[in-house]
Amino acid sequence: MIEGVKISGSLRNRLTVSLIGGAAVLALLMYFIVRAYATQIAQQGQDNILGASVNSILDAANVSEGFIDVDFPYASFSMLGTDTDDRVFYAIYQDDELLSGYDGLAQIFPEVDKGSAYGNTTFKGAPVRLASASRMLVGADLRVQLTVTVAQTQDSLLGALNRIGRNVAIFGAGFFLLVVILAFWATSTAIGPLAQLTTSVARRGPQDLSPVASPVPREMAPLVFSLNKLMARLEYSLSRSEDFIAEAAHRVRTPLATVRSHAEATLLRVDKEENRQAMRSMIRAIDESSRAAGQLLDHAMITFRADNLDQKNIDLVELVQDLAMRLSPIAEMRDIELQLDALGPVSVIGDAILLQNAIRNLVDNALKYAPSESIVRLVVATTPKPSISVVDEGAGFPVGEINLLPDRFARGSNSGGIIGSGLGLTIAQEVAEAHGGGLTLNNHSRGGACVTFSF
Amino acid sequence: MKFLLIEDNYELANAICARMRSDGHVVDHADKIFDAIEYSQIGEYDLILLDVMLPDGDGREFLKHHRARNRSTPVIVLTARSQVSDRISLLDLGADDYVTKPFDHAELEARCRAALRRNSGTSQSITVLADVAFDPVAGSLKVGDSTIKLRNKELRIFELLINAPQQIFSKQKLFDRLFSYDDDVSENAIEVYIGRLRKHLVGSQLSISTHRSLGYRLDHD
Amino acid sequence: MILTFLVQPVLAEEWEDQQFFGSATSQKTLRILSNTDTRFFAPIIESFLKSQPSVSVKYLVTGSAELYDIFRTSPEDFDVVISSAMDLQFKLVNDGYALALGDLEHPDWAQWRESLFAFSTEPATIVINREAFEGVPTPSSRQDLIKALRQRPETFQGRVGTYDVRHSGLGYFFATQDARASETYWRLTEVFGSLGVRLYCCSGDMIDDLVSGKIAVAYNVLGSYALGREDAQSQIKVILPSNFPTKMMRSAFVSTNTRLPDVAGTFIKHLTGIQADISKAATFPLPPLDRTVEPAISLDPALMTYLDRLKRRTFIQEWESAIIQ
Repeated sequence: MIEGVKISGSLRNRLTVSLIGGAAVLALLMYFIVRAYATQIAQQGQDNILGASVNSILDAANVSEGFIDVDFPYASFSMLGTDTDDRVFYAIYQDDELLSGYDGLAQIFPEVDKGSAYGNTTFKGAPVRLASASRMLVGADLRVQLTVTVAQTQDSLLGALNRIGRNVAIFGAGFFLLVVILAFWATSTAIGPLAQLTTSVARRGPQDLSPVASPVPREMAPLVFSLNKLMARLEYSLSRSEDFIAEAAHRVRTPLATVRSHAEATLLRVDKEENRQAMRSMIRAIDESSRAAGQLLDHAMITFRADNLDQKNIDLVELVQDLAMRLSPIAEMRDIELQLDALGPVSVIGDAILLQNAIRNLVDNALKYAPSESIVRLVVATTPKPSISVVDEGAGFPVGEINLLPDRFARGSNSGGIIGSGLGLTIAQEVAEAHGGGLTLNNHSRGGACVTFSF
Repeated sequence: MKFLLIEDNYELANAICARMRSDGHVVDHADKIFDAIEYSQIGEYDLILLDVMLPDGDGREFLKHHRARNRSTPVIVLTARSQVSDRISLLDLGADDYVTKPFDHAELEARCRAALRRNSGTSQSITVLADVAFDPVAGSLKVGDSTIKLRNKELRIFELLINAPQQIFSKQKLFDRLFSYDDDVSENAIEVYIGRLRKHLVGSQLSISTHRSLGYRLDHD
Repeated sequence: MILTFLVQPVLAEEWEDQQFFGSATSQKTLRILSNTDTRFFAPIIESFLKSQPSVSVKYLVTGSAELYDIFRTSPEDFDVVISSAMDLQFKLVNDGYALALGDLEHPDWAQWRESLFAFSTEPATIVINREAFEGVPTPSSRQDLIKALRQRPETFQGRVGTYDVRHSGLGYFFATQDARASETYWRLTEVFGSLGVRLYCCSGDMIDDLVSGKIAVAYNVLGSYALGREDAQSQIKVILPSNFPTKMMRSAFVSTNTRLPDVAGTFIKHLTGIQADISKAATFPLPPLDRTVEPAISLDPALMTYLDRLKRRTFIQEWESAIIQ
């Protein structure tokens, strides 16, 4: 169906891939953003607790009798309990000197009374988050800066982040999957009208060059517009070439007809035998050329139509009957009787004009080759296959050439002086083949040719 | 009989008219649809010969017009176009038959006769000579009480003879009228048909006489 | 260093007790540093060795504070550390001395960082000499005790004992937790001071003096120790203070520097396994881990509060001013 069409990618695939790709990028982006946000929030949470711990220690500080006393509450540390049992470190500095707690814990000395400062460092081989705050203590003869730092490992934070990360990853994957499903759905929905258009164009009859009338999505409008324009041009060009052929035939045949009529009239007036012979030859030449031109034209038409049969239900008997009536004047001229043998209607599916042309060629042949005052029988049969046989009482086909006759321009060796182009049987054969049948030539046992056109 | 020929090609029209008039028919010629309609409204024609391509329109226009006015006069279309593309539409539009140009005059004659026969069954112009009545359309010969159905070739010879009684028709002339140009028949075949006609005329006041080296003549007592 | 309160660093390792279990020729010797009397641990170690015939155990006993200091000085010399001082144990683990044992099922509140495992629940008790309380009702709470002491100061003058919180890690732990829980502690301490309290380093000595009648009341003695002295039950009586019992959980961990991580880990599993099983309480003398209630003092960073130098200094000052009059 699509042989000979160059394929470059697939719209469906491209759409699906871009949707899925976009979803993948979005899912990843979402993962990283949510993770970063969660990290920030979790860190904020830990910082708040660390800050609270630092402040509770700092608040407990006072100067009494020249000593710094920091009687901080139990809660200062108990508030740092986590479900993953994070390690806790702290240090209390009086100015630059360690007053209590862990030595070597990295110190940030934030500005006095300006809230807590936070940072990350490594202590005792573990990465820790620390909070630090300072406070000025003023005693009777003492003025010191007290700095408290509380640090905590980040196992709980990382655990929480991993949990969040995993959930976000699952959510992201679910989102991605959903989008993949949606992508396929959306793609087929988007491609749908294209498939519909394809079907509606493919289902058209051979002569249907009318524009696509059913509504299409806006994006397809330019394509359909171009398609309609192309079809209009095609129809125009087809009708133009048909007109041209008809015109050409008219132009050639009309003068031929004039010449022929004059020749005929002249023939009736001349008496000298050699002049008569010349006139006859002239008339024969005119007949031959016009007949050949006609059959060549028919053959071309049939070749064109054979690819796109205008299939209709046809009654063969009616068709043959009509044909017989049309041809009866010619038969009459030769005193030949056209006899139709049929029992009842024989229905077939086919192209009426082509069939008529084919059978006409066969009957024409029979009328030409049959002797005067004989009978040409047109037999319409239903079994084994619907068929039409044209049987004459002439000389029959030359036995050795019977298979070659349907070839183009082949003429029987016994055709003698009979005018013909050699295309009649070819046309019949091609029409038969276009209808899935064939043409059988044989000689009747009692003499005479029999051509059977079967479906 | 009276014909209307609608044909824009003068050469061809002249040739056809000449031929038909020589056969004893009356022919009016129109070269465009406008004139043709006028002619067909005024004159009563037995048959109309119509060319398809005309200077002021398509011959089919005339057909439509003609059939719309319920004229039963048979119309035979003269066409130079392909039968495959044109046949159906012509007949659908009400043409009785068609002849593809260039045509054998004998074929045209045969088709005219067939069309007339289909149309009315008999001719309005039955030729009566002595006690013989000849109907060229039905192809019958009435001698006394008996009607004889003529074969085509007999009919055509007799038609010639009865339209010009007392005139001698040479063998060649008869042959040229009778046989198409691809018939491989000798002029002596004419003698067979003359013989048959003589048999049909036995008992009538008409007879066909042979004039050596000149031809045949229809005589009546 | 933070623990500058260790005013008496141990110069030579003078062990309260040291025992060797198993074959002397065995290639693997598990070194256990503990503050728990050997008699409590011997059955546990022996049952452990039954399943590990190629292993021997060296069990070294010292006081809780000394234990802390010894271990910090040379952590590579020990495989398993067992102590009743929850705060000190906690700090060792927090400072990174303990190995995490990933495959041990244990209640969340009874373990920390999968490294420190509590395996017994032991309350601090009041132990009295029955003779001293003949004819008077035995006190059932700290308030009762204060009343009893105040009513008969002549009887109790110089006959009240408690830990010297300056030297005993467990004593300091009990004292600070008591103080945190209730002001009653300070009133009690003041009463003790007024009666010329005797200060002890260890539960064992206190119980000895109680049995002999040298003292009539001992405060914050480990109930398990007192009840463990089966020979003395007619002389002494163990009282669990009714209003707020201070309960300690004995705990163990594996040193990060252990040479036998697998054996040490197996031992901890064995130990917690035994202590989790109440049906084995009869066979093994240590009280099991009470899994029915979460303890008031759990393993969490707050345990480090009173180990702070400043907090300790303040507490000791207050304690001294109350008790030494």
